[in-house]
Amino acid sequence: MVQVTTGSSFMKVAIIQFPGSNCDTDCQAALASLPGIQAEIVWHKETSLAGYAAVVLPGGFSYGDYLRCGSIARFSPIMRAVRAVAESGVLVLGICNGFQILCEAGLLPGTLMRNNGLLFRCEHLHLRVENNDSPFTSVLHQGQVLDIPIAHGEGNYFADAETLKQLNMNNQILVRYCDASGNVSPEANPNGSLENIAGICSHGRNVFGLMPHPERVCDPLLGGTDGRSIFQSMIEAVAKLNVKS
Amino acid sequence: MKAVVTVMPKPAILDPAGVATGHAMEHLGLKGVRSVRIGKSIEIEVDDADEKQLHEICHDLLSNPVVEDYKLEILS
Repeated sequence: MVQVTTGSSFMKVAIIQFPGSNCDTDCQAALASLPGIQAEIVWHKETSLAGYAAVVLPGGFSYGDYLRCGSIARFSPIMRAVRAVAESGVLVLGICNGFQILCEAGLLPGTLMRNNGLLFRCEHLHLRVENNDSPFTSVLHQGQVLDIPIAHGEGNYFADAETLKQLNMNNQILVRYCDASGNVSPEANPNGSLENIAGICSHGRNVFGLMPHPERVCDPLLGGTDGRSIFQSMIEAVAKLNVKS
Repeated sequence: MKAVVTVMPKPAILDPAGVATGHAMEHLGLKGVRSVRIGKSIEIEVDDADEKQLHEICHDLLSNPVVEDYKLEILS
């Protein structure tokens, strides 16, 4: 499924646009600022993702968050293709509402509930990199602290005890909310997420969902560049895959 | 066929909106509020459906089995 990129050709990344997505062009701009990337918006009624080396489900309020966040987008036509490419090992990144959609679709375990303080939280905060053995965190080091903003009302990660145990055992928790010094504490938890979870990957490690918005901190003019490391990791992972294939 | 689906947070799940609403009830003078839980009620009218299909829809779309339970009532 992964298109081999050679010489001057571009690695193509699909950014899925649902009705109500609002971070799609931000993701496109963030990706386009990295060399060798061609980021294309793909409408949710499309049915194929052939030729794309990676897929991003951006943030926003797909279908107005009706019923539950992500519950209707999960049945959009493109989601069959997202599931198929995810199962074939293609990298799939879900940011904020994209994370909620991946959970609703069962591509990631658990769910995102209403923030425990009931408020929509929109602010910069810190994330500790818990694991760098993934295609999304490989250029980071374990324990590194990132400054990345959140903007959500439903980011309270929940999973049953057995699922949580598996996530820990398999090192699927990639980022947790922490303070500026990297301490994972209740005070640093903005929404009540279990164990301060901010982002998890699938068992196969090629699907990653996180509530914070890395695409919003990819340009110094916008207050930081810590988000670039996530996209940079993805690019390096795909490049390695292409060398192998 | 008419049906009503009631979706509620599972008993073990904290419902912060319910708790906040309970506080407002106390502000209105209600005493001894022990628990307030907020769910959804979904009314469906459909020409042709069997119960099994409706249960699948309740499970896959109308509720999130990780944190919610549903009850399906067929009215007619």
